[in-house]
Amino acid sequence: MNEVIPLLECRDISKTFVSGTFKKRYNLALDKTSLTIAEFPPAITAIAGESGSGKTTLARVLLGLLPPTEGQVIYKGQDIAKMSRSEFRDFRREVQVIFQDPFESYNPFYKVDHVLETPIRKYGLAKNKKEAKELIIDALETVGLRPSETLGRYPHQLSGGQRQRIMVARAVMLRPKIIVADEPVSMVDASLRATILETLRTLNDEFGISILYITHDLTTAYQVAENIIVLYKGTIAEAGDVEKVINSPTHPYTRLLVDSIPQPDPDLQWGSDSSVSRLTGGMSGHGCVFYDRCPIREDRCDETPPSLYQPDKYRVTRCYAYEESGTFDSPKLTDAFIPASEIAPIQG
Amino acid sequence: MTTTNDVPLRVENLEVHYHTRKGPVKAVDGVSFELQKGERLGLVGESGSGKSTIALSLMVAHKEPAKIEGGKIFLNGTDMLSLSDAEVRSKRLSEIAMVPQGALNSLNPVMRVRDQMIDGLKAHGVSKSKEEFADFIAELLRRVGLDGGVAEMYPHELSGGMKQRVTIAMSISMNPSVIIADEPTSALDVVVQRQIVQTLLEAQKQIGAATILIGHDMGLMAQFATRMGIMYAGRLVEIGPTREIFNNPKHPYTQLLISSLPNTQGKRRLSGIPGITPSLLNPPPGCVFHTRCPKATERCKIELPNLITEENEHSQACHLYTEPAKSEEEVTA
Amino acid sequence: MSSASPEIAPSDVQIDDDQIGIIKTVFEVIKRNKTLVSGLSILLLIGLFSLFGTLLIDPERTEVGAGRPAQSPSSEHILGTDQQGRDVFADLAYGTPASLIIGLIAGVIGVGIGTALGFLAGYYRGYWDTFISLTTDVFLTIPALLVLVVIASMTTVLSIEAMGLLIGFFAWMGPARTIRSQVLSLRDRSYVDVAKFNGVRDIEIIWRELVPTLMPYIAASFVGTVAAAILASIGLSALGLGPQNEPSLGLTIYWSVTYGALIREMWWWFGPPIVVIVMLFIGLFLMTAGLDQVSNPRLRTSV
Repeated sequence: MNEVIPLLECRDISKTFVSGTFKKRYNLALDKTSLTIAEFPPAITAIAGESGSGKTTLARVLLGLLPPTEGQVIYKGQDIAKMSRSEFRDFRREVQVIFQDPFESYNPFYKVDHVLETPIRKYGLAKNKKEAKELIIDALETVGLRPSETLGRYPHQLSGGQRQRIMVARAVMLRPKIIVADEPVSMVDASLRATILETLRTLNDEFGISILYITHDLTTAYQVAENIIVLYKGTIAEAGDVEKVINSPTHPYTRLLVDSIPQPDPDLQWGSDSSVSRLTGGMSGHGCVFYDRCPIREDRCDETPPSLYQPDKYRVTRCYAYEESGTFDSPKLTDAFIPASEIAPIQG
Repeated sequence: MTTTNDVPLRVENLEVHYHTRKGPVKAVDGVSFELQKGERLGLVGESGSGKSTIALSLMVAHKEPAKIEGGKIFLNGTDMLSLSDAEVRSKRLSEIAMVPQGALNSLNPVMRVRDQMIDGLKAHGVSKSKEEFADFIAELLRRVGLDGGVAEMYPHELSGGMKQRVTIAMSISMNPSVIIADEPTSALDVVVQRQIVQTLLEAQKQIGAATILIGHDMGLMAQFATRMGIMYAGRLVEIGPTREIFNNPKHPYTQLLISSLPNTQGKRRLSGIPGITPSLLNPPPGCVFHTRCPKATERCKIELPNLITEENEHSQACHLYTEPAKSEEEVTA
Repeated sequence: MSSASPEIAPSDVQIDDDQIGIIKTVFEVIKRNKTLVSGLSILLLIGLFSLFGTLLIDPERTEVGAGRPAQSPSSEHILGTDQQGRDVFADLAYGTPASLIIGLIAGVIGVGIGTALGFLAGYYRGYWDTFISLTTDVFLTIPALLVLVVIASMTTVLSIEAMGLLIGFFAWMGPARTIRSQVLSLRDRSYVDVAKFNGVRDIEIIWRELVPTLMPYIAASFVGTVAAAILASIGLSALGLGPQNEPSLGLTIYWSVTYGALIREMWWWFGPPIVVIVMLFIGLFLMTAGLDQVSNPRLRTSV
């Protein structure tokens, strides 16, 4: 088995948000999570969850935009909180981001060229203006855009899809090791989503960039990623091979999510079973986070939270129902991930 | 001709333009369709298709700079555009109701749910005693799966899903003939989305109101709508029974759209639709889709295709399915 | 984005070769705003008056004994002379720019300091914000005019520049607060984060990403501060606490009050400065209102 060299990892990360001056309220957005992203082979991993799941918090912590309350984020073996200025600069360059909102990602004061010229200047990617121009044109063409139709324009003169593709071009141009894409297509038209997602796949295949795909849409997560982590209220509910997790979910929450997907096929209707409403009775807060909505809950689920169990070689789930499969002991979640070598190539 | 009882809503050649400094933007450019009693029509379109403009126009609730420039809207046989403001207002909620976008805060933040619902009813002349109202509201809330106690709450105490259910309850409160749901699940999570759409389905069935679900999510349409209309650049390019649309799409845009939809039944190469939506300020001549259509012909660049109905009540606006009106030489001359 | 036209994609109103640059856009927006234009016109008029006044009129006419005292307007003295023989028109011509300069100096200092502090507090937050906000609040509670009166009454000689500085010292709080709240909301925008990933350092982010976007607010703050400073300086001068060796609008009023111009019905003495002051304020007010409209699209009357 290949020893996966961790490139970016977080160890026992948790994030609590505090609000209020006198009467403080604590919100545990992310609970004791550990995650590894390898340099080789470059993989696409999806982090899926609804609002309040902690997925955006996790992304921001991994990107170094948010300091964790506990735990460390390690890049190339170094704690990012302790890096020198130049080391952090390298980190910033090699771990890139694509944000969700194609409008807010641009400063309306500048033309879209600004967002492409700035990194070239700051990271010294070109020796002169001519080289810089070539770099930009190349990046734009990689994502399927025509420079003549995009350069020289202001953000409001382009469509959301074009703006988002320019953002992808920007990320590619820097030849990062990892791209964290936070809901990159949720604000883009359906007909363009496929194009952008296919581009992400290309970045992974041809440029060897690892991608962390954050989303609430299980369908696109399924299409794009090899492995998936399902988050619920700051904890990992289920993780592993995307085929397994999506098409034969074990955790009751994953089941609920998958059942709620509106399949674009009139013959695949939602079940009429609406046991999706909150069940009566509250929960102690000391046990499983899904207790109050779980159709298969037992008393002990409310007392202590379950550990991660491993019902399949490439899947872990945090539910007592699978206790007999044995606990997942490794500190590296990726040990339960299906390696790229074992995935069938894509048809079509 | 069908009687008005069977056709609670009929739209004829609706034209809605936005007047901007650079000229009129034709957001809705000649759309016609009929809504049968009790049916569920899904109106699908991407950004720039005109679907949201239609939602507001059907209630004659559009605002400047949008203006209805032509066409007719018949609600239960009455031409809405010929009515005065007061008359239109009286028809809203009682005959045609709206469930607004999930992302908008359409509830009044300083009024309790109960008071908002009663307000709407009273404005339409419904008069009951305090107890009768209380019972009525409780029943409405129960029908959308909410506990009666919700009536006492303020909107900020409710979750997004609960707020939308309140708006659904309000929309059915006077048993309208038509409900327009304009992207009711935007900004809602997938589990809540399912609840809301299923609630809408139940509510609609109970009162037999014809419902139009407007959105961009084909998956939602497949789950909810019995008939679907595809909008592109302000025009209705295809309309027909849901199964027909999915299994046998006729218009090239619909075909491309459906083939670009991802599903969870096996990984495959994803392909979108190349190009971008045309400018509605200066739409291309002929068929609006010809600039991106893989099957465009010379005729498509000149002549605007009309919506032609074929078998199975499945209509499309595409020259591929029509005999040339004249011979090709005459057309291009 | 407005909800009236939710999905008119930008491509619908695509501007092909007509690239509107930011400078051009600024001019266009200003041109369309009648309030701003009228305000600017009035100020321009006053500015031109000052300019030509100082160029064409002999400064000696502003001194005591330049002409026979208490003369009503004549062909030799267009606005007559005051009780001490100063040519009123010359006084006005030299006094107006003095008031303007005080206002400008105070404006530059006030907005300069205030904006810088606002950015530091809003962008870095934490201890910077606590400290700066506390200081701002403390200064706001100080009755600036009273302190100015005390200081001005203690000094024997006060120059125009010194007065500008003094007023500026109490003028930074407003801009600091405005800019701080704007920056607090802007710093969380995605484009600031994108800049970070583009390798841009914090100071440069403030300077290149935030300052340009906030120019309307900074400009509005500036005009507001200048207006307030001119008011303060005129007020102080009218009480006799301003510069006494150089003509200013407030000083003219001071002398006219001291020498009882009102009782002596010397309308040509107390009248004109009041007219100029009123015009100045109408101009500044219209400009502020206009700038408010420009920076807050909801107040705009036209698209």
